[in-house]
Order: sequence, then structure tokens, then C-alpha cells
Amino acid sequence: MRIDFTVNGRRQEADDVWEGESLLYVLRERLGLPGSKNACEQGECGSCTVRLDGVPVCACLVAAGQVQGRDVVTVEGLADFARQRSRGTGARGTSLDEAQEWQAHGSDSRTGEGGGLSPVQQAFIDAGAVQCGFCTPGLLVAADEMLERNPDPDDADIREALSGNLCRCTGYEKIMDAVRLAAARRSEGV
Amino acid sequence: MDFLRPASWEEALAAKAEHPAAVPIAGGTDVMVEINFDHRRPEYLMDLNRIRDLEEWEVGADSVRLGASVPYSRIMEHLRAELPGLALAAHTVASPQIRNRGGVGGNLGTASPAGDAHPALLAAGAEVEAESVRGSRRIPIDAFYTGVKRNALAPDELIRAVHIRKADGPQQFSKVGTRNAMVIAVCAFGLALHPETRTVRTGIGSAAPTPVRARAAEEFLDAALEEGGFWDSGKVITPSLAKRFADLCAAACNPIDDVRGTAGYRRHAVGVMARRTLTWTWESYRGARRTTEGAA
Repeated sequence: MRIDFTVNGRRQEADDVWEGESLLYVLRERLGLPGSKNACEQGECGSCTVRLDGVPVCACLVAAGQVQGRDVVTVEGLADFARQRSRGTGARGTSLDEAQEWQAHGSDSRTGEGGGLSPVQQAFIDAGAVQCGFCTPGLLVAADEMLERNPDPDDADIREALSGNLCRCTGYEKIMDAVRLAAARRSEGV
Repeated sequence: MDFLRPASWEEALAAKAEHPAAVPIAGGTDVMVEINFDHRRPEYLMDLNRIRDLEEWEVGADSVRLGASVPYSRIMEHLRAELPGLALAAHTVASPQIRNRGGVGGNLGTASPAGDAHPALLAAGAEVEAESVRGSRRIPIDAFYTGVKRNALAPDELIRAVHIRKADGPQQFSKVGTRNAMVIAVCAFGLALHPETRTVRTGIGSAAPTPVRARAAEEFLDAALEEGGFWDSGKVITPSLAKRFADLCAAACNPIDDVRGTAGYRRHAVGVMARRTLTWTWESYRGARRTTEGAA
């Protein structure tokens, strides 16, 4: 079957989609957007977290057919999504080509400067919250959504919001640091 | 596989009548896992996400009519006062991502003994609104669970809503697992005080082939509270009474040994949760009495 839906602000269509396929498979294998990670395929790990009509969900648990006509934001579109949110208007979306070529490093691979990062992505780099990086996309989408709802979270809020995202490297401390940093910068208007 | 996308409830009923083997999918928590792991290849998959009515709820005089697909996150946010036990149970479901999509209709459809909503529904008192092209009926929650992952639905029926009695007293929910998030219950316990009828209701999860009430324990406690004048006096429940209640709750279990825990552990833990939830709810009831009646 064919699926028409919006991904990162642009209309996309996927053809020859099998009826039992997940949104995650469509994103990765049909649209060439591997940012959302495929790990557990049972909703346990949160690595495939995307926004579906604004709501964080596990893309592996959404049937492809369920996203017909709906709006999806993946980690590849997070920077543009954050820009749109802070400016209120002027969203241009992220095309598939841009998304596929998207790199976190920009002009400086160590600091992320010039890479067009969302504030939460920049905070993850600055806090050293990325080790192997596999859980990072899901954490970014989940953390960004929490900060949108709750700009001044306490540690319990952060832990709760990220409780569906597993990281096997960091022990979460640097991830907590990163989210606190993103929140602090936002409140200071940085 | 065919993907059915009914745009309305009537279309969904017609599709289910035509294809009784069609598997409804809403939040996908259970269905997508089975498909991803190739444990299930339904001939028809029927998406219920387009039927927005299923995500709505109405608060009536005595009960809440909860649409089958109202996500757990909404229950936690909006129905904590009316359905405190279910809101607590909802908060223990998996993770925020899952709670944003999953709802009680899916828990009931799967009818796993480990479903988090079941103990809360049993304790509060509920009826499942099932419908087919033949008509609509209300199935009492006690009669809904018929076996391991089996329920009372006919092949052509769909769950439209659950009618849950509004809380008339304190309710609690307790669940045992290895951590707070992403845990399938080793066992779970729900308890609701119903001061209006002077009854106590319970619900046990993951400790029998189906979710069950501890009826003998309820009958014992109802009689003991009545005879002792506890509802009027609001006095502290004696340890011996709580222990007897806990023992009877443990005895209502019919658990198995599995990877999550042994039968013996489950029986023990259900007893502990029964005693604790009774204490918590009773203390809350006593506190509310003091506030409303101004007595010391």
C-alpha cells in the first residue's frame, strides 16, 4: 500500500509498504532516515522515539497505515522543529535529502558549532551525554518534548520523561546534566 | 495482510462483521510486538485511530464512560479525581511513549493477566461496552476475563468504551516489578473502599490465569468492618484484621512459576500489597472523615 504523510514538515509518500510494517521501518528503510534507531522492536528501549502529531511515541509500535495523513517529526528534523518553535513561524521543513545528509558536526566536529543543532542537541554535546550514540536520537526527541511542556523541570520530571529511553553506556548522569543544561540555557535566554 | 481503515465506528463494526478475524489496532503496544516478532500474521489489521470518539470520555453522575482508546497519559492527567485507582495503575504502564498511545481498550482486548488496568477496574467496579452490528451490550468486568488472554467478546464484537464507577472513597494500586518503568507486573493489587455501600473491592493481577477479585477477603472485611463499627467510628484497622484480609487475598491467587517470579513469591507479595493498600486507603478514609466531620 501507499502511505502519504508529513515527515519533518514536508509531504512524503512511501510506496509498496507492507500492511504489517511499522512506522520505524518506513522511516529507515523506505525514506532513508536512519536517525530513529531500531533496537528492541517492542517499545522497551525508546531508541525509535518520534513525535506523532506532536506526541512522543515509539515508531516501532505504530503501524505504517496508522500514519496516513498524519505528522511525524524525527531526530533529523529536530533542529528545524526547534527553530520553528522558537520563532513561531517560518518553518521550512527538512527535505529527505537534507535529512539524509544531516550531520551533527557542522564546522567543528567537537563542539557542534555551525551544525544547525537544536538547543537540546547542543546541550548533549556540551555535557558529554553521548557515548556510543545509539540511544541519543530517542533521548533527544523525548527530552526536547519534555522541555517544550515543562521548561523548568526538576530531576524527577526529567527522570520520568526519559524513563522510556534506555542507555547502556552512560549511567544517565551526563544525560541528566545535558537536559538540565538545556533547561538552564533556555531560562537564561541563551 | 489487508489494512482496514474505518473512518467511523459504524464502518468499524461493519468491517469486523465481515472479517471477524480482523485484529483491531489502536496504540499497538501488544499487536505491533506480535507482528514485529512474527508471532502473528493476521489476515486483516484494523486501525481504530481514525475513530476519534474512542479517545473521548464522559463523566456522568455515577460513572465515567471511558472511550476504549483514551491514552493512559490522558487518564493520569484528567481523571485522577474520578478514577484514582486507574490513574495510579495508568502511571505504572510501561513508559511515557507507550502511555501516550495505549489505552484500556487494548488492555481488555489482550486480556493478559498482567495488564495493569485490570486490578483497578475490578476494584472500582466496571462494565465493558461491547458492540457489533447485532447490537450493544455491557459485560460486567468480573465476567469479562475468561482465561489466559481470553475475554468474553464475540468474534464480531469490538470494545467501544468502559463504564467505570466513580470513586466514592479512597483507592490504591500497587505493583511489584524490578524497576519503576517498563515493567510487566510480577504481580499487582488494586483496592477500592466504597463507603457509600460500606464495601471493599479488590483486584489481583498476574497471580492467576485471569485478573481476579479476592472475594472471600472482601466478604470477610466487609463483615468485620460492619460488625466492628469501623465505617462510623473511623477507628484504626487492627493488625489481626489486616493480616486475615491479607492472608485471604494471598489465598485468592492461583499463580505459576515463571521468569518474572515464583508462585510462592507472588502469593506472598499479594498479601503484602493487600495489607499495605488497605492501610493506605483506610488511613485516607479516616483522614477525610476527620476533615469533613471535624472530629479528632
